[in-house]
Amino acid sequence: MNYRLLASTALAAVVLVLLLAKGSVGQTAPAAAKPGKAWTPPRTPDGQPDLQGIWNNSTITPLERPKGLGAKEFYTEQEFVELAKRVRQGDVGKEADLGAANPQALRYDLSLYGFDVTKTSFASNRRTSLIVGPEGVVPPMLPEARKRNADRAAKNKGHEFDSYENRPLQERCILMGQERIPMLPAAGEGNLLQITQGQGWIGLLHETNHDTRFIPTDGRPHIPQNIRQYQGDSVGHWEGNTLVIDTTNFTDLVPFRGSGEKLHLVERFSRIADDTILYRFTVEDPTTWDRPWTVEIPMSQAKGPIYEWGCHEGNTMISTILRGARVQEEEAAQKSGK
Amino acid sequence: MRDWLKEPRIASLAVAACLALLMMPAAAQTPPYRAARAADGKPNLNGIWQALNSADWDLEGHAAAKGPVPSLGAVFAVPPALGVVEGDVIPYLPVAAAKKKANQAAWMQLDPEVKCYMPGVPRATYLPYPFQILQSQKNIMISYEFGNTVRVINMEAPTKAPGDSWMGWSNGRWEGETLVVDVTSFNEDTWFDRAGNFHSDALHVVERYTPRSADTLNYEATIEDPKVFSLPWKISMPLYRRVEKNARLLEFRCAEFAEELLYGDLRKKTK
Repeated sequence: MNYRLLASTALAAVVLVLLLAKGSVGQTAPAAAKPGKAWTPPRTPDGQPDLQGIWNNSTITPLERPKGLGAKEFYTEQEFVELAKRVRQGDVGKEADLGAANPQALRYDLSLYGFDVTKTSFASNRRTSLIVGPEGVVPPMLPEARKRNADRAAKNKGHEFDSYENRPLQERCILMGQERIPMLPAAGEGNLLQITQGQGWIGLLHETNHDTRFIPTDGRPHIPQNIRQYQGDSVGHWEGNTLVIDTTNFTDLVPFRGSGEKLHLVERFSRIADDTILYRFTVEDPTTWDRPWTVEIPMSQAKGPIYEWGCHEGNTMISTILRGARVQEEEAAQKSGK
Repeated sequence: MRDWLKEPRIASLAVAACLALLMMPAAAQTPPYRAARAADGKPNLNGIWQALNSADWDLEGHAAAKGPVPSLGAVFAVPPALGVVEGDVIPYLPVAAAKKKANQAAWMQLDPEVKCYMPGVPRATYLPYPFQILQSQKNIMISYEFGNTVRVINMEAPTKAPGDSWMGWSNGRWEGETLVVDVTSFNEDTWFDRAGNFHSDALHVVERYTPRSADTLNYEATIEDPKVFSLPWKISMPLYRRVEKNARLLEFRCAEFAEELLYGDLRKKTK
């Protein structure tokens, strides 16, 4: 055992808890323990740490560290207060330094739906990027991964509107951005996750597209390797108060930041305060990156309920897009025929 | 009468008959099954379950029939069944009975199951796919393999639906050994089966899940919809635990299996 490593990890953990305690803002600021007083998570009747409830991963922190911040992993308290103030005032800047609150990242004019970015609730641990570590960015893609992704894009080029098969899975309501794992925050919508714990199983319900994962924690192995699924195969176990979920058996159809089917995902859920879960995941894929990388997102407790998210049932996007393309072709054919 | 009873043989027969009558109910009533308990002391319904019947083909009793896709031959023929409706017949109002017939005639075009739409309740229970109950104190999640559909049953003070939905709004409670779920606020777009049995947005379903052995549940659903039926009616069936040691729900994201049907005619024509 490397005691120095252990000691520095423990120190980092203490620092982190302190930062979380002080750095949180918003309506759902985590009421973390005061220094020196250990916070113990509540338990379910069968003795597991109780992670149950509805959790919101909204954040103002970008996935990758903005250029210019160098190796600066955390804002100072003062810097963060100012940043949060700017967000509250709706002054979110043009550069992508505010993550999901950046208007350029929004798909809709939220004011049309009665949402107000200045009232967005979020938890933060004062990180400058969701990716942890001194680099704060996704490692560069290996040449083979670059080629794999370029080939895929090239194959579809010029055929984007030929058929539903050429459209992204998101548009087809098969697997949406916020639905897929690992779960990254989106721009102010579909950010809720409901956790329910039953005997030997954990239920994770993603608000987006009602994606549901029921994960065994009884020590069973993964399903056979020849069965590949969009969301892979997840098995879980407890490490102290932390729920650890290990996922393999992905397909090569839904790259996560360019990943292939060898993607291996480890997610960790730790309840660090009554109203906060720290979600931390590590992804590795030797066919895509030369090293694993890790992301940390504090999730704040939300009131709920989660509304049913129908997507496929009301999907007029695919037929509208394809019909439009066919009409254009028809018109072009008539013109050239003249 | 009085003379009869004075006859010792007849009197003793009468006494025996009375005794038999008294004893009969007791003999017919097997003691109710007491389910294993969850950590909070409630009956433990956790597990992966599945109906084993042809209810999704037709809730009412029906003879076997040729399937709708001739090229599939026996593989997709309609299997026969005695039906799961108490009293055998669904009590449609006359106008609604005509609509049911029209639905059945255009089944392949109209059935939301064909399109992979969320199946609604109670149909989700007896689709030919497994589902899993995950039971906690504040809520019970049910995940259905078909279309990755899910329901969250609120087990605390009943709450009001925020709006109509495909799977309805579920408030649950325990009545002894039975989980009773009151489901309201449905849209009018789901069906009960492939035979065109349907409902309106006034549908109200009360489900009862009662353990009947370690690996079986009895499932009942009372269906009420004054816009479509003249009376409330009830279905009941056993549900069976998937006892395989490694039983799991796997991905069945059927939207992609319905795309050719829904969008195939919009594909670019190849010259």
